[in-house]
Amino acid sequence: MSKNIRVLIGKPGLDGHDKGAKVICHALREAGMEVIYSGLHCTIEQIVSSAVEEDVDAIGLSILSGAHILYAEKLIEALKKAGATDIITFVGGVIPERDVAKLKELGINGVFPGGTPLGATVDFLKKSTGDK
Amino acid sequence: MGVAKYTSDKKGRVTEVEYLSGIKVKPVYTPQDLESCGFSYDRDLNDPGEYPFTRGIHPLGYRSRPWTMRQYSGFGTPEQSNERFKLLIANGQNGLNVAFDLPSQMGLDSDNPQAEGEVGRVGMAVDSLRDFELAFKDIALDKIGTGLTINAVASIMLAMYQAVAQKYGFKKNEISATPQNDILKEIIGRGAWIYPPDAGVKLIGDTIEYSVKEMPKCNPVSICGYHIRESGATPAQEIAYAIQIANAYIDEVLGRGLNIDDFVGRFSFNINIYGNLWETIAKFRAAKKMWARNLSERYGAGENNKKVLFFRGLFGGGGSGLTKQQPLNNIVRGAYYGLAAALGGAQTTALCSYDEAYTIPTPESALVSLRNLQMLMDEVGLRDTVDPLAGSYFIESITKEMENLIEKEMAEIDNYGGMLKAVTDGYVQRKIAAQEYEFQKDLENGSRIKVGVNKYVMEEEESKVELHEYDEKMAEVKIAGLKELKRTRSTADVTRNLKTLEKTVKSGGNVMPALVECCSSYATVEEMAGIFKEVYGEFKEPNIF
Repeated sequence: MSKNIRVLIGKPGLDGHDKGAKVICHALREAGMEVIYSGLHCTIEQIVSSAVEEDVDAIGLSILSGAHILYAEKLIEALKKAGATDIITFVGGVIPERDVAKLKELGINGVFPGGTPLGATVDFLKKSTGDK
Repeated sequence: MGVAKYTSDKKGRVTEVEYLSGIKVKPVYTPQDLESCGFSYDRDLNDPGEYPFTRGIHPLGYRSRPWTMRQYSGFGTPEQSNERFKLLIANGQNGLNVAFDLPSQMGLDSDNPQAEGEVGRVGMAVDSLRDFELAFKDIALDKIGTGLTINAVASIMLAMYQAVAQKYGFKKNEISATPQNDILKEIIGRGAWIYPPDAGVKLIGDTIEYSVKEMPKCNPVSICGYHIRESGATPAQEIAYAIQIANAYIDEVLGRGLNIDDFVGRFSFNINIYGNLWETIAKFRAAKKMWARNLSERYGAGENNKKVLFFRGLFGGGGSGLTKQQPLNNIVRGAYYGLAAALGGAQTTALCSYDEAYTIPTPESALVSLRNLQMLMDEVGLRDTVDPLAGSYFIESITKEMENLIEKEMAEIDNYGGMLKAVTDGYVQRKIAAQEYEFQKDLENGSRIKVGVNKYVMEEEESKVELHEYDEKMAEVKIAGLKELKRTRSTADVTRNLKTLEKTVKSGGNVMPALVECCSSYATVEEMAGIFKEVYGEFKEPNIF
């Protein structure tokens, strides 16, 4: 079942710390998912358009700069615009606890602050794409 | 994070210890171990201040001078950074280490749409000389050395530093800036690159060539094993890659007809404090020796002046070693990191603050890190004698092993065709990303221990630390200031100077003199960086998966 899950890991904005993004790519791939990594310095528009093009089930954003709320808002907006609100969204990186609820309110389906076990993201994706 | 791998038997006795670099540690070391690894005092150590400098570059070590403390700081507006600089200097810090925000690092002005939400967030926002004027106001630039954590646009910021110094009446030959200026590590591990690697290396060559002649007290390049290690390289790879990156820059400058001894003495390094105490000490000691040997054997450097062989380094700890969990533990961790740096003979040091896994440090937490470094020198006894662990059966054995591993990793890069090619192709990036994933799995399954993360874990309410608030209004103020600047500066001067810069870039000449003119006439960072982008193009990342 999980072998069909397609995920785009996106690195929006100017921050270049992508160790976490790459680790997640490895982990999802090892869990049998098909993973596309956006590379650095992407705009949300670029990420969403390649997500639509690649027909992914989920988009994960890795954000360490502190601008996660802004990028989450932009992501949800861009998905609406692209008519792709069925794509599961999740965010990881340096995310203070107090912003987790806020991100979910904005419509982000999963939030994984630094230190979250890799398996949690895998399980989340299996569960949320299975629910679809 | 990072620690050795321990295997235990059923009774809980440790049976095997393996360091990240692959060194297997024995339970007991004796004179026999020194003999079997061929240890020789003269060849492997020699006295402090003598080749190969394993024991450090100063004959009297910290007795003649304690380490330089250079805490990383700078955020928000240049005025806020200026306040923080002054606070650190007033408290005994003797060097600055400036953080830039991401738009500045990427060559974008504060009003660029891509800068939205990032202006002044992770460092100081710099659009033009006006910002440097505010940031370095009332700071004795002839007495304080300044590290500039900037890479893709390091040439621009170095030119701007010269411009601000001259504006405040200092001569260019009495100021000391250390721009990071290491684009290859940026591509490997930190990500703030703009142009293709070969263009990046050309610009680094320009800064080295220029500063050797015009700003002799500057250290035009600081090669950062630090970020390579933090991205997943082993400590041995960290040193091997750093030296090979330096070799790529050396080759660029030699190609311009300069003599190795005339510039290589200004190279400096930024090395990571991380994980296991002994492995870190062995790494620092081996690094000093391997650098001297590399320069001497590969380039014939230092024959008339041994000083050019000095491994001059900032030993810094250690972003990823700190934990978000139980943040106060990071104060203790920082003390051990500082100890590792001192026992490894760091000339310059910086420590992350305990709240840095969350946020930009508060003034209090930045001060605790500084006090930590001061305690080691002034109170605990690290100044007493040079290289106190020299001769230890254990330390010398693993230092030799570390050297062998560094040598092996360097040979691998040579065989691949050098560091520029290895980075352009993604060879190094691919390798360390895979290692980092394995490492994360080891942390999750507990085969590597991190206190508070996978052992002695507590349920805790998050955020006992105070969060640095990002001021959304700051960007508006910054953008308004930029608009005002563009209205009041001499457009004719800016246009003329940018034209000269463009011509120089296209002709392949050294860009530094033109950049200084541009900066002095208040051309913006984006205006200058834009010319580079137009001529050199942008880097396309190789796919590493």
